[in-house]
Amino acid sequence: MAKGIWVFIEHHNGLIRKVSLELLYQAKIIAETSGDPVIAVVLGKDISSVADTAGTYGADKVIMVDDEKLENYTTGAYTSVMNKLAREEEPQAILLGNTAVGKDLAPRLAHRLGGGMASDCTGMERDEKDYLRFTRPIYGGKAFSELTITSKPIVATIRPNTFPSGAPDPTHQAEMVKADAVIDGDDLRAIVKEVVLAASLRPELIEAEIIISGGRGMKGPENFALLEECADTIGAAVGASRAAVDAGWREQKFQVGQTGKTVSPTLYIACGISGAIQHVAGMGSSKVIVAINKDPDANIFTLADYGIVGDLFEIVPLLTEEFKKLKS
Amino acid sequence: MNIVVCLKQTFDTETKISLNSDGKINEVGVTRAINPYDEFAVEEGLRLKEKFGGEVVIVSVGTEKVQESIRTALAMGADKGVLVQDPALEKADEWVVAEVLAKAISQLPYDIILAGRIAVDDQSAQVAVRVAEAMNLPSVSSILELQAEESKATATREIDGGTEIIEVPLPAVFTAQKGLNEPRYPNMMGIMKAKSKELKVMSLADLGFTEAPAPKTSEPVFSLPGSRKAGIKIQGEPADSVRELVRLLTEEAKVV
Repeated sequence: MAKGIWVFIEHHNGLIRKVSLELLYQAKIIAETSGDPVIAVVLGKDISSVADTAGTYGADKVIMVDDEKLENYTTGAYTSVMNKLAREEEPQAILLGNTAVGKDLAPRLAHRLGGGMASDCTGMERDEKDYLRFTRPIYGGKAFSELTITSKPIVATIRPNTFPSGAPDPTHQAEMVKADAVIDGDDLRAIVKEVVLAASLRPELIEAEIIISGGRGMKGPENFALLEECADTIGAAVGASRAAVDAGWREQKFQVGQTGKTVSPTLYIACGISGAIQHVAGMGSSKVIVAINKDPDANIFTLADYGIVGDLFEIVPLLTEEFKKLKS
Repeated sequence: MNIVVCLKQTFDTETKISLNSDGKINEVGVTRAINPYDEFAVEEGLRLKEKFGGEVVIVSVGTEKVQESIRTALAMGADKGVLVQDPALEKADEWVVAEVLAKAISQLPYDIILAGRIAVDDQSAQVAVRVAEAMNLPSVSSILELQAEESKATATREIDGGTEIIEVPLPAVFTAQKGLNEPRYPNMMGIMKAKSKELKVMSLADLGFTEAPAPKTSEPVFSLPGSRKAGIKIQGEPADSVRELVRLLTEEAKVV
């Protein structure tokens, strides 16, 4: 009896994160050949609408664990609940997004289950022998590693924007199952004192479809307003290179690259960024890359799909105007 | 306060990656260094020692070459090093390394265990969290700030879209994100002193293993990415180039 492919549903303010929907989409494709049900697992407090939404995105079954101790993510409580469920239900695989939560929960859960894990995968396909085969970038995208997990259940985190997210089907009926949480003792050692979310209307860098980034060529912190204005016309996130972050022009959390975020947007627009190897490590898997740089020999042009050699202070405002026309 | 820092030696981030004829990553002529995120962990350990006293012990799993990186950490100011070196670990995966590190650390005094949040070679970002699990300790991943007290610590952790402040009882494991501190460079005095500091090389048998833990993953198959081809450089007056760019993005690439 097949026991299903689990997708850990990450949600915030009642909304499911895009990467979780992407995982549901890809899990369904795997399930077509493996014959397993796709099972969404939702942890949190007051989560019935999140569970319903997971159903409309194609989950065959939704396991809900509704408990006030799960309101905020904590390593201990979430690992404990997932571990207990997984031991009872014995899924084939547990898939999580490679997000702040996924990166913390997945290795801990994999170890408690006594097994292996594939991190930050950009490829996942059916494997006859070990069920799933994963591809993941290593050495900052300068090589790829393909592997399978030989223990069960398989645990893996998948890079956001790797798979499409599919469309909801409001008529799709998922089986809804409630499970109890037993959270005590060591599960509660860590206490979340405060959660500080930056007030930003722009999308989260790792999940953004479009990113506009600035580098040394921005010349100063005030000039990032140009990128922000351009970004807001098309709903993009604003990133920065290490040079811009080290100069103190942008906060560390906006850095794209080896010592910053790894992103995989549909469109990446690099403005005044030379394209050093450390930067490419963080954005090389973008689907389409645009470079705007006044140095025609900048390395970024060797990987850009479209390049404009020119002054970004002239080009970016023109681009903003063109995007505005497009959206009006 | 006793600090243990888990350290991994990685290739220098500028290294060009190539494969040998047997499909393995070519290691000939490669410059090696402390994983950059582990440098933050070493630095944080040294700052805690400066504030509270105690010892900073560096623990690593790897080959003989790793000794050089441990010596660098000793030159920065760490007190001792432990290297678990065993031919049986050649095919170790994250599970195996974590089990071995946990065993090595359990034989040391510790209040705080630090590591980088990710290693820049295999990019797994698993081992430190697994060590915490193997030792049944609380952990906080990706920290930007650490305030330690006698028996508890408060860490600021990076989350998507913000930060989180988490309090944990000690002992506990913390993984370092860039921004935690600015690592110091070893000075001449430090380098001289490091030469006589204790660096203990241990086998699995020394740690009490009767056999190496078995990996839980298949042996990886490596490949190199197809080189991304340079695309079109759009020529012309700025206004025309931008119009052409937007046309290409909407009509050809269909991404806007």
